[in-house]
Amino acid sequence: MSALRLMGGLAAALVLAASPALAQKKYDPGASDTEIKIGHSIPYSGPASAYGTIGKAIASYFKKVNDEGGINGRKVNFISHDDGYSPPRTVEVVRQLVEQEQVLFVFNTLGTPTNTAIQKYLNAKKVPQLFVATGASKWGKPKEFPWTMGWQPDYATEGALYAKYILENIPDAKIGLLYQNDDFGKDYVEGVKRGLGEKNMSKLVASVSFEVTDPTIDSQIIQLKGAGANVFINTATPKAAAQAIRKAAEIDWKPTHFLTNVSSNIQTVLIPAGPENAKGIITADYRKDASDPQWANDKGVADWRAWMAKYNPDANVADQNYVYGYAVAQTLEGVLRAAGDNLTRANVMKEAASIKDLQLPMLLPGIKISTGPNDFYPIEAVQLAKFTGKTWELFGKVIESRPE
Amino acid sequence: MNWEFVLHQATSGLANGAIYASVALALVMIYTATEHINFAQGEMAMFSCYIAWQLIDWGLPYWVAFFCTIAISFAGGVAIERVILKRFHNAPVLAVIIVFIGLLVIFNSIAGWIWSTVLKQFPSPFVDIFPTTKLVGPHQLGVVLTILIILTGLYLFFRFTPLGLAMRAAAQNPVSARLVGVRVNWMLALGWGLAAAVGAVAGMMVAPIVFLDPNLMAGILLYGFASALLGGISNPGGAVLGGFILGLLENGIIVVENLVGVTVFGNELKLTVALIVVIAVLIFKPSGLFGKVRVKRV
Repeated sequence: MSALRLMGGLAAALVLAASPALAQKKYDPGASDTEIKIGHSIPYSGPASAYGTIGKAIASYFKKVNDEGGINGRKVNFISHDDGYSPPRTVEVVRQLVEQEQVLFVFNTLGTPTNTAIQKYLNAKKVPQLFVATGASKWGKPKEFPWTMGWQPDYATEGALYAKYILENIPDAKIGLLYQNDDFGKDYVEGVKRGLGEKNMSKLVASVSFEVTDPTIDSQIIQLKGAGANVFINTATPKAAAQAIRKAAEIDWKPTHFLTNVSSNIQTVLIPAGPENAKGIITADYRKDASDPQWANDKGVADWRAWMAKYNPDANVADQNYVYGYAVAQTLEGVLRAAGDNLTRANVMKEAASIKDLQLPMLLPGIKISTGPNDFYPIEAVQLAKFTGKTWELFGKVIESRPE
Repeated sequence: MNWEFVLHQATSGLANGAIYASVALALVMIYTATEHINFAQGEMAMFSCYIAWQLIDWGLPYWVAFFCTIAISFAGGVAIERVILKRFHNAPVLAVIIVFIGLLVIFNSIAGWIWSTVLKQFPSPFVDIFPTTKLVGPHQLGVVLTILIILTGLYLFFRFTPLGLAMRAAAQNPVSARLVGVRVNWMLALGWGLAAAVGAVAGMMVAPIVFLDPNLMAGILLYGFASALLGGISNPGGAVLGGFILGLLENGIIVVENLVGVTVFGNELKLTVALIVVIAVLIFKPSGLFGKVRVKRV
């Protein structure tokens, strides 16, 4: 009996020794010769379900990758669960992904409160929490959280950028700020204040908030006009942003209008608000707006459209989330290709932290993704653009927006 | 004193009030017919609104789409009662509430699934009818008028038609109503149909202002509910007035603070303050400002 077992053991050792190629491949749970398992959670249901299309976009992007042969011969198994934007459910879902489904890592989980809820757990388990889908500024701290990395430029930095632009270009500015009364909106307030600095704080004449549940924000716009603001920083989410643009025009308030890139989509925000009302609005973006006619002949957008037509035939092409999902999935694809056969969690994290000047087809020209062992903020540049009534006209140089 | 500011806030308060009032009307409708508060009312209205959007998108003229939507919603309301709620006639109230919440989630998800969650513009028929003034948009004016028309229609229907009387009887005393020959089950279904139709109109009035998406009614239902309770859930006129009062109250807080120059509540707490006022009113007048006091024999 024991001799048999010994023989079996010897045979296994011999087989291992006889295949040197196998020894070079390194796997952690979730990776094998044929498959890379990736975990994901996003609200497919509930009040934030509009974001769910990002999950669909990522899934169909990897479907395309798999159809074309996968990554280094391995198929991507993208396991995406619904968390309803509820942190306790995110914790449950992510635990299930890690412990039961044994994913290699967790990718692009959506939301600030939800990612906060799983950050400690994933870092304790040493499971990468890669390219999270939130613009809060706290995801790039490799010393405290070496397994967590953000992706998009953060909201506070965007707010600071507008403030700096105003200080340089509008000498008599009286700024009115509209923000959503939660962490997302307060990030912008903090950023705008940081950009203004102590001595220019008096230029911020009014800063008014609204609740996500407010049916309209008419009262807030009247308050901003009443405070005498001639510059309007509009950091509202799409629905409120569109209302704000229209209401300002209705009450004949014509400030220099800055609009967050969260709500800068032409088809879904500016056209409903009335393109003539939106004329002259300034934003700072890093993506191409696929509904913008200036990209009609762009190769990147054409490829994106072809992918949309083939893999998401029923989707709304005006939904900017499909651009987001496509671009973030491409970033991950690059990382996994670079990781080659060394698919350990540590190596995936190492590759994610060594991206050099990656230029993605759906990001604005000149905006490159770079990371390093101490730089966990992949996209750190934006470009200003002014709405002409039809298209976003880019102006000025690509601006570094490194968080402070 | 900045009169322009005050006037703008007042008209915007009234315009918001009109939104709350239209949803409150639909809630009153279903309450009058079934003695239930339908939590799915807002989502049903949203869904009707998408149907209207789809019809218009297919090329139907606005008013054709408008009346088609009302008809479809009416039929839909009747169908929901006949197919789903009929089975819960003798169920405890909590079970019915769970059904309502279930309907809410179902309508919300299906709308997102069919029409996507992307924001849509919904046309207003009043833009070409009424002039644009600086204070009140043509649509806001149209909404107020529409509400008054529905209100009058409902009043006449419930007060002067035999069918209206039968419906009220079926809701308030089903046993006696059945004894005198009222088909109670069908009256309930009719009530659902009417509520769905009124909700559809409410949705089509609200959507041009706040834009159409599956969460169209998420916040508004709360306000509609408060308005209905403030004015009296059994009284359509009261509910409408409740809506206007709530809208004015909300903006009134901002105006007063602005005039005095101190911010105590601000935008963060204006809804809270408005709802506290509603609760205070209900403590002293539990059936609402204009509601009928009902006495029940035990």
